[in-house]
Amino acid sequence: MRCVTNADGMLSADGVLGGNPLFYFIYNAVGHVAPCWLSYLIAGLVIMLILINAVLLGAAIVSWGERRLLGRFQNRVGPNRWGPFGAFQPIADLAKLITKEDIIPYGADRLAFTAVPVIMVAAVLLGTAVLPFAKDVALVDLNVGVLFVLAVSSLTSIAIFTAGWASNNRYALFGAGRAVAVLLSYEVPVVLSLLGVVLVAGSMSLGDIVAAQAVPFFLVQPLAFFVFIAGMSAELNRTPFDVAEAESEIIAGYHTEYSGIKFALIQAAEFGGVLVVSGLIATLFLAGWAGPLADWLGWLWFLIKTFIGIFLFVWIRSTYPRLRLDQIMAVCWKFLMPLSIINLAAVVLEVFFLRDANGSLSTADLWIMAAINIALAGGSILFFGRFIREKVRTDAHTAIATNPVARGASTIGMG
Amino acid sequence: MTIRTEPMTVNVGPQHPSTHGVFRVRITFDGEDIVEVEPVLGYLHRGSEKLAEERNYVQVVTLTDRLDYTSSMINNQAYCLAVEQLLGIEPPPRGKYLRTLTAELQRIASHLIAVGFFVQELGAFGTPLMYTFRSRERILDLFEMLCGARITVSYSRPGGVFADAPPDFWPALDQFLSDFEGELEELENLLLSNEILMVRTRGVSPLPPDVAINCSVSGPVLRASGINWDWRKVAPYDAYDQVAFDIPLGENGDNYDRFWVRMQEVRQSLRIVRQCVAQIEPGPVRLELPMVLRAAPGAEAYGRVEASKGELGFFLVSDGGVSPYRCKIRSPSLINLTITEHLLLGWKLADMIVSLGSVDINMGEVDR
Repeated sequence: MRCVTNADGMLSADGVLGGNPLFYFIYNAVGHVAPCWLSYLIAGLVIMLILINAVLLGAAIVSWGERRLLGRFQNRVGPNRWGPFGAFQPIADLAKLITKEDIIPYGADRLAFTAVPVIMVAAVLLGTAVLPFAKDVALVDLNVGVLFVLAVSSLTSIAIFTAGWASNNRYALFGAGRAVAVLLSYEVPVVLSLLGVVLVAGSMSLGDIVAAQAVPFFLVQPLAFFVFIAGMSAELNRTPFDVAEAESEIIAGYHTEYSGIKFALIQAAEFGGVLVVSGLIATLFLAGWAGPLADWLGWLWFLIKTFIGIFLFVWIRSTYPRLRLDQIMAVCWKFLMPLSIINLAAVVLEVFFLRDANGSLSTADLWIMAAINIALAGGSILFFGRFIREKVRTDAHTAIATNPVARGASTIGMG
Repeated sequence: MTIRTEPMTVNVGPQHPSTHGVFRVRITFDGEDIVEVEPVLGYLHRGSEKLAEERNYVQVVTLTDRLDYTSSMINNQAYCLAVEQLLGIEPPPRGKYLRTLTAELQRIASHLIAVGFFVQELGAFGTPLMYTFRSRERILDLFEMLCGARITVSYSRPGGVFADAPPDFWPALDQFLSDFEGELEELENLLLSNEILMVRTRGVSPLPPDVAINCSVSGPVLRASGINWDWRKVAPYDAYDQVAFDIPLGENGDNYDRFWVRMQEVRQSLRIVRQCVAQIEPGPVRLELPMVLRAAPGAEAYGRVEASKGELGFFLVSDGGVSPYRCKIRSPSLINLTITEHLLLGWKLADMIVSLGSVDINMGEVDR
């Protein structure tokens, strides 16, 4: 039975794998020998296999690149033993971790403990499902893409909490509690900042958002860009928001008890998370695959922009110390939250006054918005930055004055 | 609805990544707040004081290297001062200058470690630590030129120093001094006005001057609380009466002040080293002494220096034999640890590590 799509397409499920040439190629090729449902399945699985391997390989490259970059930032060499510039280091790491004993601590909840690495990797992989790597090249172009990405990226925090609870380790429990507190804090500003993006693009589909960026959105909405990067740093557990796995305080936080292949999976999820979030930043704010020259070069622009994001995260990590948990919550609620609200309000007003009869914005409109919003961003970051700084400092001093234990302790040693 | 909560006791250390060796402290947390603190010491006890009674006076110098292994030069100096006091001898001027110079270089190295780990414990991933270690390595290279060792130097000897500096030491030192100026500036730009560092450390774990005095703390921890007390000024030893330097003082005695005082002391030490280089004159570096030293029976001496962590003292008692009858070590880290409870109670888990880092303890010296 032959199962080949014709011009109007036998696959009616538009959106899901729609317009993916590789999918059609495999579907048609397999369709010569297999029934339709089987060729549909095989083509889908092959695409997913490619994507999953690409993300995991990408995570390996990110882990190597991050260590090399950190080395350069820190006046040292970084991994350079195996392969060109030490590029095979991740393979060596993986081989080491796989051959290590896989320890499940006494008293741990075995099922939850084992499920966590799988959930973390799955959450990261799910995030890639909607990323447009080039023009019309996405696994799916969901019409609720932004919502989907936000939903799956929060799964990681649930996995972290499960890990901390299941490990039967007090440091891991600290990490778990911290992860949830941070999740509650950063999620609201991030969602608010993305609302502005959706508003200007007029769609929640990531493909449409890229297409709407005649002017990249990091210029149109610098505040949203800033808030999103800060929030994503918190989600990825990276400095200055890395309290959930603060090495100097709580050993390794939620993954203190993980070893062997489970640890490798958690690391893969973390570096894969950096990759996916950088891809998201590229898509939402840096105009994704859009770039000069031919359309089929889109993957190159996407890759370059993703690596800009990764570099940014590594740079931040190598520069800043860590904030305390209560300070992170203060920053999220008192600094990022007002900024994202200001951004949303400004964008709402601008879209209301600038849009034409169809409700769409021209490139000139976007430039006007960029000019207004860049000035607004500078002003409000300065204003709220000063405000929060004063607030945190006075908080520190009242903390001394009102801390009953610290005051009572001043009699210790007085004989 | 109220959720039932209960305090949680956690053993921090001796295998915790940031307790400076094998310091262990049992802490009871209420959520993230610290409500009970109990330091547990003794994991690195090697019986240095007892071992000193079995060795002759010169051999004990090697034991002092292993006390605070981040400031071996100063430990050697303190012990040798005690022995010289016991014997009633005084080293030649060049020996004194060399001791002062190496002690100040060692102070820079030790403070660089303290600052680097302090910021590392604040969560800065490696960068400040690597910056400080870059300069520290240069200092250790200089020590290697002087005496062949980098950490366990044993450079000072009773009556002077082990040997004169080799000719290529002085150009290398000049090169280091000019390079270090820029490196220190880089470090200060990165750290001193870093906003996150300020909000994390300002006002956290303050140590009032009265508590500081009652707990006998010394060194940068004491001076951060605003008390002007430095043995280099109060009772100058070696060549410290020949050089000019200031004593930086903190105001609040909080974590930031302890960090700031160390950064400033590095600058002052640099000043002292420069003056030593300018003032040092050729001559013998060590007194001609017999191989085996003997002090009068019943003689006692207490030699003290301002080490990088505070007052380091050696109390020696002689019974007329070839080795000290008793060698009591007053180590600053141990005494400075007595404020642990005061610093930690009521503050948060994240501040605990930073406060311990700001006291700058060294377990080799605490447990001896």
